[in-house]
Amino acid sequence: MREALQNIKTAAEELLSKADTQQQLEELKVRFLGKKGELTAILKQMGGLSAEERPVIGALANEVRESIDADLRRRAKELGDAVLARRLAAESIDVTLPGVQPAQGKRHPFQQVLDELKDIFLGMGFDVVSGPEIEYDHYNFEMLNMPKSHPARDTQDTFYITENMLLRTQTSPMQIRTMEAQQPPIRIICPGRVYRSDAVDATHSPLFHQIEGLVVDKGITFSDLKGTLEAFIKKLYGEETRVRFRPHHFPYTEPSAEMDMSCFKCGGKGCPLCKGEGWIEILGCGMVHPKVLENCGIDPEVYSGYAFGVGLERITMMRYGIDDMRLLYENDLRFLSQF
Amino acid sequence: MKLPLNWVRDFADMKTTPHEFAEKMTMSGSKVECFSSESDEIKNVVIAKVLKIEKHPDSDHLVVCQLDAGQETPLQIVTGAGNLKEGDLVPAALDKSRLPGGKEIRKGKLRGVASNGMLCSLGELGLTTHDFPNAVEDGILVLDETCAPGTDACAALGLDDVSVEFEITPNRPDCLSVRGLAREAAATYGVPFCDHTPQVKPGHGDVGEFLKVDIENKELCYRYIGAVVENVRVKPSPRWMRERLRLCGVRPINNLVDITNYVMLEYGQPMHCFDYKYVNGGHITVRNAKAGEKIETLDGADRTLSEEMLVIADEKGPIAVAGVMGGEFSGVYDDTTTIVFESAMFNGPSVRTTAKKLGMRTEASGRYEKGLDPNGCLRCLERALELVQLLDAGDVVNGVVDVWTHKRDKRRVPLRPEAINRLLGTALSKEEMVSILLPPGFEMESDEIVVPSDRFDVERDCDLAEEVARYVGYNKMPSTIMRGVATARPTPRQTFDSRMTEALVGFGLYEIETFSFYSPKAFDAINLPEGHPLRRAVVISNPLGEDTSIMRTTALPSMLDVVSRNINVRNPEGAFFENATEYIPAESSDVLPTENQKLLLAAYGKSWDYLAMKGVVEKLLETAGIKSPVFIRESEAPSYHPGRTAKVYVDETELGLIGELHPAVLANYKIKPRVVAADLNLDLLFACRGGTAAFKALPKFPAVTRDLALVAKEEIPAAELYSRIEKGAGKLLEKLSLFDIYRGDGVAEGCKSLAYSLVLRAPDRSLTDEDADAAVQKILKNLSEIGVVLRS
Repeated sequence: MREALQNIKTAAEELLSKADTQQQLEELKVRFLGKKGELTAILKQMGGLSAEERPVIGALANEVRESIDADLRRRAKELGDAVLARRLAAESIDVTLPGVQPAQGKRHPFQQVLDELKDIFLGMGFDVVSGPEIEYDHYNFEMLNMPKSHPARDTQDTFYITENMLLRTQTSPMQIRTMEAQQPPIRIICPGRVYRSDAVDATHSPLFHQIEGLVVDKGITFSDLKGTLEAFIKKLYGEETRVRFRPHHFPYTEPSAEMDMSCFKCGGKGCPLCKGEGWIEILGCGMVHPKVLENCGIDPEVYSGYAFGVGLERITMMRYGIDDMRLLYENDLRFLSQF
Repeated sequence: MKLPLNWVRDFADMKTTPHEFAEKMTMSGSKVECFSSESDEIKNVVIAKVLKIEKHPDSDHLVVCQLDAGQETPLQIVTGAGNLKEGDLVPAALDKSRLPGGKEIRKGKLRGVASNGMLCSLGELGLTTHDFPNAVEDGILVLDETCAPGTDACAALGLDDVSVEFEITPNRPDCLSVRGLAREAAATYGVPFCDHTPQVKPGHGDVGEFLKVDIENKELCYRYIGAVVENVRVKPSPRWMRERLRLCGVRPINNLVDITNYVMLEYGQPMHCFDYKYVNGGHITVRNAKAGEKIETLDGADRTLSEEMLVIADEKGPIAVAGVMGGEFSGVYDDTTTIVFESAMFNGPSVRTTAKKLGMRTEASGRYEKGLDPNGCLRCLERALELVQLLDAGDVVNGVVDVWTHKRDKRRVPLRPEAINRLLGTALSKEEMVSILLPPGFEMESDEIVVPSDRFDVERDCDLAEEVARYVGYNKMPSTIMRGVATARPTPRQTFDSRMTEALVGFGLYEIETFSFYSPKAFDAINLPEGHPLRRAVVISNPLGEDTSIMRTTALPSMLDVVSRNINVRNPEGAFFENATEYIPAESSDVLPTENQKLLLAAYGKSWDYLAMKGVVEKLLETAGIKSPVFIRESEAPSYHPGRTAKVYVDETELGLIGELHPAVLANYKIKPRVVAADLNLDLLFACRGGTAAFKALPKFPAVTRDLALVAKEEIPAAELYSRIEKGAGKLLEKLSLFDIYRGDGVAEGCKSLAYSLVLRAPDRSLTDEDADAAVQKILKNLSEIGVVLRS
């Protein structure tokens, strides 16, 4: 019997190693280990053994069963692995083929920049407001300390609708509308379209966008103006950016300033972009003129404030290196899809 | 304002380089645009003395010159000019020299004779006979004054001064002068300001015997001073004066005209001189023009004046438009013997209005309208007389006629250091402030600052604060972060608008930005009939051109321009949207127009048709939380295809329009492919938006599905079937979708087959087949009422 068991084991080992389908494995399992299989047939003869031999043969038979069982499972796994490997090999694709892309539009480049600016100012506590583009002369000029004969009006060539109504030349009228509607503390920005009668060329457009800022509260100082605008530019262009303030003149602010930033291209060494100066003019600003506060019924002895105006086209063009303003309004997909 | 640096140094002696000067002046508030020197363009040109002139052996019109150019051996140059003689001093461009316009000179041979450079004419050095009146135009420049051979030509010709160009802001007319800028420079550099007091030597006679001045309109003329010079000797002014004028960009004319320009540049005060023989009666009256009065101005044009204009008149009529321009015949010419100098002060706004009305903005009018200092008029006249004597341009008659109607005390502003510190965020002491304010010309009397009479811009605390800040340096001031808590967040409308925008971008549309104005012809292009309400637009009274003359009442033309442009550059497919403002005029022209926010969508190309655009609109409305929008056929919209257009409603509100553009409209834009568009009112979308979504529990019981293939007459809209199915299925209907449309075999002519898939589910039990069948029967009954049956 010992020999018979050994033969079964040897035969099973050999057959199993040659089996190469799951079905053959299943047949071999039945043949060797099934209820009517060869091993069972041997075990049935155990009754004829002596009491000493029975446990020995029994143990041997179990050993053979476990061995065949293990071989079966190992072979099954081998075959499974081979099948999977063949499938994987057959299913290989060219992963460098172009992807099937979902349709996806883009926001207009200066809306993207505007979103960023809004986020920065919202984070600094500025609400975003908007106002009419067709505006009264009263709000666009007179309340801003620019009466009808003021020479500064010449610097803003104005489109008029009637004698008293015009296309706003600046977003500054929203300073007045805000101060008329609301008592300090005030912290707002007002982005929007403004109009000046400039013919279209690479750097001019009769329509462009400004972002107005206004802060009015007790104890607001020129130093606050500097600190806030410096923080804004660093958030927009990076912490390494330096700024400088130059005296300037606006009828509705005093003191007034223009802010330059260190050229982001050359870092201030001087290059064609900054015309060799190392600085780029970025915005106009100043302390709200007391006459303007008085016009809005705010006592300049109690409150002070600052205002600023940024050109959105300019910032957008600098950010992306766009060299012609007309591209922004042509809306050619080959342009829009770049941003 | 452009002026030579050396002229500024007459008043403020700074040791500085042009570059440093530009930087420092800019940072203290006088912005330098650029600086340049004529010598920048001229290199390696020296003055040479002609030693010998010989005929060229091989040419009739060339000569060979031997020159002393300060070198050991004579220099040989061939020239074609015929105006030279031995001993002349001439500019010689040496080998490898450079002339204006980037021209380079190298040695070479002219008809076989070596020429080691070029002798230069005025033109070749970038000059004209105005700069050197004694020179000839078509020959070599021969110097009047002597100098050592070999001297650099720029130095010898006075071309080496630096001219600096400033951008002067309108609040600082005092800086439109050498004196004003020098005062700024002195304060900036901390050097003394050396003001000049003109000294007129005693002349002859008495001006009262020549001249009488009356000011009729005392509101518009604040001061008028006249002086007389006899026996004038009209000739070119000396080189130093011509050079300075030239560096300021002013063309030298003759000594008298040059003096008026020189004084204007130096002190900022426009001057004028009249030929005395054309001042009839020797009597000048400053008065308003009479209606219809005429004058021929110095530019040779005949001008008709109106009553609000101020003129300088003699006993016969106007001889100048006050503050704008003089008359042609009373100007200074070669036959002039006696002149009247005018130094006057007129009302700025009046000069501005007159100049604008006559269409002649002059240097003088530009200065008057910004405001000048009446206290400075006399000084300027005396400076002119001083220069007349210096230049020996005539004999000065003693005295001036000075009619001063508006004497004005110097302005006094209380110095309140705490108010200035409060505005600036500084902690400067009163003494520090005073020490900053004195150098630029302010004076301190008790606790008040006395403002220089030409500084109209300084009125109150904030103005003094700016002065203090400028001279301390804006960048030396502290930078602080504002105190106080401020909370800010987008408004619901702003959040909504960004959600709409982001959704459209997600659906594959590109955002565009177009101009708010266009031509009235745009209405014809989109087929708006005459009298259509949208044709009533806000009109710009002074547009750049017809193309930008009205404010848009519909953004459709702007969108179609963009579509057309993209098709023209062969972009095969395009989908766009604009968050566009439309401007609807009010009934009254005194009331601001209504500015509506619209979402305009348009697309062309193979992925786009009506249903694709409708899908975008449906998804957009879903994003807005707007439930059950209704699309109703619209065949009357003038710009749209009558069979492929719908109006979009939610309840009773019309949200907008969606459809394919009318072929005739597309033809107007020369667009060949079909274009679909949607025109939605963003204000109404916001008004109709849904609130926060409410959670519904996930289903616990299984659903039953039923497919129905229905046959309907063509004219029955799908929406009708949809609503009848919905009604029949009642609350059990979870989802209804159309999955096939079929026409052809098995479906009668004029009919269509629509196949729907229904998902039915009850929230509280498993539906049985009987339940589903009962629902289907009800649906079919509803449908049979409009003749819709199951497809057999």
